[in-house]
Amino acid sequence: MAKKQTKKALTWDYSPAPESTGHIDLKKKYDLYIDGKWVKPSSGKYFDTINPANKKKLAEIAYANEKDVDKAVKAARKAYKNVWSKMAPSERAKYIYRIARLMQERAREFAVIETLDAGKVIRESRDVDIPLACNHFFYYAGWADKLEYAFPNRKVESLGVAGQITPWNFPLLMAVWKIAPALATGNTVVLKPAETTPLTALKLAEVIHDSGLPPGVVNIVTGYGDTGAAIVNHPDVDKIAFTGSTGVGKIIQKAIAGTNKKATLELGGKSANIILDDAPLDQAVEGIVNGIFFNQGHVCCAGSRLFIQESVADVVIEKLKHRLNSLIIGDPMDKNTDIGAINSKEQLATINKYIKIGLDEGATMYQPDCKIPKEGYFCPPTLFMDVAQSSTIVQEEIFGPVLTIQTFRTVDEVIQKANNSPYGLAAGIWTDKGSRIFNLTTKLNAGVIWANTYNKFDPTSPFGGYKESGFGREGGLHGLSAYVKLK
Amino acid sequence: MSNKKGRSHLILPDFSQSPCVDKVGVEERVSRFQKRSIKNEAKMQGLKMALNMIDLTTLEGKDTPGKVRQMCYKAQHLHDIHPDLPTVAAVCVYPSMVGVAAKAVAGSGVKVASVSTAFPSGQAPLEVKLMDTKFAVAEGADEIDMVISRGKFLSGEYNFVFDEIAAIKEACGKARLKVILETGELVTLDNVRRASDIAMFAGADFIKTSTGKISPAATMQVTYTMLEAIRDFKLKTGIQIGMKPAGGISNSKLALHNLVMVKETLGEDWLTNEWFRFGASSLANDVLMQIMKAETGVYQSADYFSKD
Repeated sequence: MAKKQTKKALTWDYSPAPESTGHIDLKKKYDLYIDGKWVKPSSGKYFDTINPANKKKLAEIAYANEKDVDKAVKAARKAYKNVWSKMAPSERAKYIYRIARLMQERAREFAVIETLDAGKVIRESRDVDIPLACNHFFYYAGWADKLEYAFPNRKVESLGVAGQITPWNFPLLMAVWKIAPALATGNTVVLKPAETTPLTALKLAEVIHDSGLPPGVVNIVTGYGDTGAAIVNHPDVDKIAFTGSTGVGKIIQKAIAGTNKKATLELGGKSANIILDDAPLDQAVEGIVNGIFFNQGHVCCAGSRLFIQESVADVVIEKLKHRLNSLIIGDPMDKNTDIGAINSKEQLATINKYIKIGLDEGATMYQPDCKIPKEGYFCPPTLFMDVAQSSTIVQEEIFGPVLTIQTFRTVDEVIQKANNSPYGLAAGIWTDKGSRIFNLTTKLNAGVIWANTYNKFDPTSPFGGYKESGFGREGGLHGLSAYVKLK
Repeated sequence: MSNKKGRSHLILPDFSQSPCVDKVGVEERVSRFQKRSIKNEAKMQGLKMALNMIDLTTLEGKDTPGKVRQMCYKAQHLHDIHPDLPTVAAVCVYPSMVGVAAKAVAGSGVKVASVSTAFPSGQAPLEVKLMDTKFAVAEGADEIDMVISRGKFLSGEYNFVFDEIAAIKEACGKARLKVILETGELVTLDNVRRASDIAMFAGADFIKTSTGKISPAATMQVTYTMLEAIRDFKLKTGIQIGMKPAGGISNSKLALHNLVMVKETLGEDWLTNEWFRFGASSLANDVLMQIMKAETGVYQSADYFSKD
């Protein structure tokens, strides 16, 4: 061979591949969707929603107060009494199917708007958020006229008006998780999306309007925490469904104590992702990445506490660091971006606060050497080693791309560590042995447990937590029972 | 090249304990590579890189010196109408054609690779395989593409497979050794991983998926599993090993996805034809067609590109 030496390494960077925004239809100003009409907020106040990737304003959003909420609840009650509860279940199903199909037809528009408003990468909103949301509608539409089979030998009755409050991490998906089962079981809805990400819920209102759903069956009111509080405290609401922080969940539970309101709360988490020594390590590394960096770690069930068996800890951490270096952080609209923008200035501040606490408490931090956009709110994927069960960053939910890594020696030890948390939402187990999976799944105190995968969602599968992660289940057959009275 | 140091100093692992591979997880990872959007300059650079990594191949019973000479000419003149195209990396032929090929590509930088060891089945005694290899090297082969004994591998005789590779490596002398696992016959990704480990510890300079005679050949799942094995070997020993997916990569899109996979799994150090090859016969023309399309804005008829 003539030339022996390696030629100098070249660089091969992917050219920008931005998704186009030419096809979306965004209004400058959004009002409240009440009783099948767009109405101005009684206070006349509006607030801005911005794109967290570049801080640019996207639209003005109506700020609903108690009066507006009252109007929405009254509309929902009227629609419940006069139309929706009387309609044949098979007719209800037709509307839900129609909404699902309309949403599917406009999937691309929904995906782009979700990415603009929430900062999540287009690959995820296109491949996960929007298709899953459509599937939830399709799935629950199917149940609408089969409730007697869902609850054999019981008489099924709807509850009435459901007040629903959704978070900013999966804005459309969470709205649909709540609306779909409520409609299928014959309830009417007043929904408040999060103040930083209201756009896709408002687009959903457009789709609902186009579907011809009777006025008042679904009402969407936008605003801040006080708008949500007005829904929770409204005397004519029969059920509260909330997804969000544990702090707010506790306030809601106090507020509805002593009332007849039913509730499901899907709150925070600090889920354990457990790598056993016989695991398929390269796939486990993917699972770790997907567990904590999916949606910038803004996932209530994020696998934010990693536990690696000591005999493979070094090699897993080495592989994980290597993998972090191939992640692309940047413009969420670029089809090649893996990690997008942090949802808001406030959330970025919270994450940075925890990173500082981690460093102050003596943990070892690793961040890949990656370029981060100057505009907008971004946080590189972050690992913390040398942490203990007693470290603040191990105990508290960060809700960002920050992973704590601990090691363990035996299965009993990791079960104890994983369960030693006020939360109990999810867990991941990585092993080649089926028997170890069954042993761990029976002993881990978590609502959802994944084996050899992580962050997989399906409309047929119930989702929800134990302890301070909340109660009630969304999705699947279980998701129906949150919206019915059984006699 | 680090490979010249030899591997006698390495402590051999227990190959029955090679890391396990989860097929579902591999498929998920591969689908992420396939979702990368390669556009504009990145696409052009990738296409030219792909051309320069091709082992232009003819492995047929009916091969003749005339056919081989024509292919060798094409290897150096892919599409002369376009001024700055690279040559392919190598031509790949049977041992009996090595002499013809070596003469035809002499001085061009294009390497001559020869299959050997009773390719494609490998069903011959070691003496025959050694003679086969030595003959090809003596005729002027720069690279030897051997096949492993899949029957022995599947019956658990890993030491036999290991020793055979080591013996062929010795017979190669200065020629670089590519070890073909024939993954279509190994079936599981666990087996692919184990065979990769055996080949690398035994002395392979490259590991290669397939002969091209068995389907499925170079699926992305298989190539990914082998790339992970190469990365682990580098981490463990410091020795860099090359990768050659062969068979079934017939279009540009698939080639670009493979390059994305190499970049993100191993890094850019592997993005040269010294460390990555495509074993293919029809890929070159599709890549050429894409390059011409990118420059002229229109697809040209296949008749504008030479077939052989």
